[in-house]
Amino acid sequence: MALLQMQRINIYALKKDRKHILELLQRRGVVEVRDMLKEDKVFSKSDVSVAKQSLEKNISLATESLSILNNYIKESSSMLSALEGRKELPVEVYDGFREKYKTTVDITKRIIELAKIIAENKAELLKLQTQVEILSPWINLDIPLNFKGTKLTTGYIGTLPKPWTLEGIYDRLADYMPLDVDIISSTKEQTCIFVLCTNNNKDKVYEILRGMDFTLPSLTIDRSTTFNLSTMDDISTTADISPAMQLKFIRQQLDETKKQIQVAMDEIISYDKDRNKLKFLLDYDTMRLEKYEVLGTLLQSKNVFIISGFIAEKDIKDLEEELTSKFDVAIDSANPRKKDEVPILYKNNGFSEPLEGTVNSYSPPGKGEIDPTMVMSLFYYALFGLMLSDAGYGFLIAVACAFGLIKFRKTMEKPMKNTLKMYMFCGIATVFWGIVFSSYFGDIFDVVAKTFFGVTDLPIIPPLWFYPVEKPMLMLTFAMAIGIVHLLTGLAMKGYQMAKQKDYMGIIYDVVFWYVLLICGVVILLSMKMVTNILGINVDFPDIVIDIAKIAALVSAVGIILTNGRESKNPFKRILKGLYALYGISGYLSDILSYSRLLALGLATGIIGTVVNQMASMTAGGAFGPIFFTLIVVIGHALNLGINALGAYVHTNRLQYVEFFGKFYEGGGKVFKPFGINTKYYRIKESTKNGIIR
Amino acid sequence: MGSLDNYGIVLALLGAALAALVPGMASAKAVSMGGIAGAGVIAENPSLFGKVLILQLLPGTQGIYGLIIAFITFSQIGVLGGSSEISFVKGALYFAACMPMIIVGYTSAIRQANASVASIGTVAKKPDQFGKAMIFPAMVETYAILAVLISILAVSGVTGLNI
Repeated sequence: MALLQMQRINIYALKKDRKHILELLQRRGVVEVRDMLKEDKVFSKSDVSVAKQSLEKNISLATESLSILNNYIKESSSMLSALEGRKELPVEVYDGFREKYKTTVDITKRIIELAKIIAENKAELLKLQTQVEILSPWINLDIPLNFKGTKLTTGYIGTLPKPWTLEGIYDRLADYMPLDVDIISSTKEQTCIFVLCTNNNKDKVYEILRGMDFTLPSLTIDRSTTFNLSTMDDISTTADISPAMQLKFIRQQLDETKKQIQVAMDEIISYDKDRNKLKFLLDYDTMRLEKYEVLGTLLQSKNVFIISGFIAEKDIKDLEEELTSKFDVAIDSANPRKKDEVPILYKNNGFSEPLEGTVNSYSPPGKGEIDPTMVMSLFYYALFGLMLSDAGYGFLIAVACAFGLIKFRKTMEKPMKNTLKMYMFCGIATVFWGIVFSSYFGDIFDVVAKTFFGVTDLPIIPPLWFYPVEKPMLMLTFAMAIGIVHLLTGLAMKGYQMAKQKDYMGIIYDVVFWYVLLICGVVILLSMKMVTNILGINVDFPDIVIDIAKIAALVSAVGIILTNGRESKNPFKRILKGLYALYGISGYLSDILSYSRLLALGLATGIIGTVVNQMASMTAGGAFGPIFFTLIVVIGHALNLGINALGAYVHTNRLQYVEFFGKFYEGGGKVFKPFGINTKYYRIKESTKNGIIR
Repeated sequence: MGSLDNYGIVLALLGAALAALVPGMASAKAVSMGGIAGAGVIAENPSLFGKVLILQLLPGTQGIYGLIIAFITFSQIGVLGGSSEISFVKGALYFAACMPMIIVGYTSAIRQANASVASIGTVAKKPDQFGKAMIFPAMVETYAILAVLISILAVSGVTGLNI
């Protein structure tokens, strides 16, 4: 239960060492660089936006090319690879990358270019395919589609809707002989015709044709499209050749385009071998970007620069030794000033550490607040276990997490490790409560024993304490008792916090009074017959205890009224505020009732599990019975585990955030974010032999 | 046993069926609301899938609570085997015992879905605020939990009555 003591640190060094010092700091990752000093005539910040822009561009190039590469050739990865963490690379590879940098950037550009080519060619392909569709009815026409006629004749080439017979068309045009009509092709939708008439009749023929809904072929000949026409001597565009030839050329072009796509795709796939380089480029420039961001905040004079920031007190000595042994630097450190927003760095043991993330997602401890992680972790695991409360489920969770933790213990990233650890502890707590209330995949042992072995001596494993389904009131009482303990612990944390801030009178006013009032309130409630009857428990207090409790409760209530509004000077206002504070006891009541979710969620798991087993046992007869039984049990319990683990997780968080934190914790701090290596794919492994950073 | 008493079991079963039916309906609607909002978020940022899924599923629990009440009632009135001789009054009491779950289950699921959808919006903009965003829908669920609690206690209490 602790936060590390932070210190302000200033590092003064020579500009010639700037690159190396920054790189060393980045690799150590122990300093959070803060821009805390003001610019003046000598010291000013340098503009790094140009360098940053080019790095950002390269990062986006690398990201884009990687995603393109992933589209064309999937990276082989196992289901568990998410647990594996980043790969380790020796520092030499990092240093050696400089030579490959240029070519790698070129590869990213080439991949993006290829993707563009493919996209363009695919659009071209679509266009060509439409042309093929339009042209194919005309394949039997042996003159070009844009044929307009000869010296004395006019030709009309086009389509009529619906099928037409040759006679039908001749009938319509009979007045304007001589003419020639050819039906090139005919389908249900349209008839493609060629009409040749003499020039003096051309307008009238056209008019009649229009009356028949004659339309010209909707082929837009793209004159910019250059077909491979070197074999054709005196024809300059496709429109001047016959449809059959045209089709042939378009088909040629189709093949050409397809080939181009294939070539581009093959080339992209060939870059699969460079995938690691691309990833490294991404990481490399991410690191450099971070370095430049820090560089932009540094104060620099002609020869000197200053790094200012925060560092954990325990790290100062090592860093100072390392820096002074290699460079000409001066380092000073001091306690944070009152106004400083000191970053938060936790220090917890392996049991509580996994929950730092949970505290962070509420809010890191604010100024003057203590780290609640340790105390919270005890309740967190216990409450989660109570809500899931099935030894079988808990066992599965714990074993799965332990397996992941052991298998990937060397490479797993810290956040993932903490998540798995948290669920492992939650699982262990679940096993504990499962045994207490005798729930093993619902009542699987009993059901199997009864259905398959005819055992009548049930239950096989009796509960350590009782079955919640049989005594829900007792379970409810237990849940609320846990709630009272949890809330009082929260109140105690408030007292501890106030003690740290040396507000000793406040402890009496805000903590002790409430403690007395709450405990006495519970005693008084338990002395009432009505309450004990509802709860189904038997408590006998001697009369004297009850009388003392009544008096103490009264005294503390008066105390609360008098003191809880103490920030107001006006006595009238003060009493009103005190009364309002006393009204807060209703808040405690609803807080305690809120813990009834422990009962509801616990019962939910147990009852659904039992129902699954019951359904399974109905199918258990016959030769295939055991198979159906197993199937139903596996699927049913998997669903139950999933939905109830989610419920337990959410409601454990709620009890911690709302009920527990509500008593003492506000948060509002900022997590320590050291200047370090925040890469996506690789982590740099230091060569430990000499420790020299070049 | 009067002829009216034949209908005791009918009332009891009606209550149990409604307990599964009404909150189930509401949860289906509620989860679909979350799904629609979530699908939009995933289109923008697929990495948020896990978080959005949790928020989507939160209002799904009412249906499960309803199921629990239905099963407890089934087992108490002997539908799942055993005797089913229930007086009219007792049947009506079972029906009344299911009411909190039926009504609160319905309304709380829909209301919780509204909070869930809003929280999904929060997570879409600020994924790191997931912890807080999760609490808002969970606050609504409290009332469903209280309802299921009362229904459980009432159903198991009615069984002990000698009427």
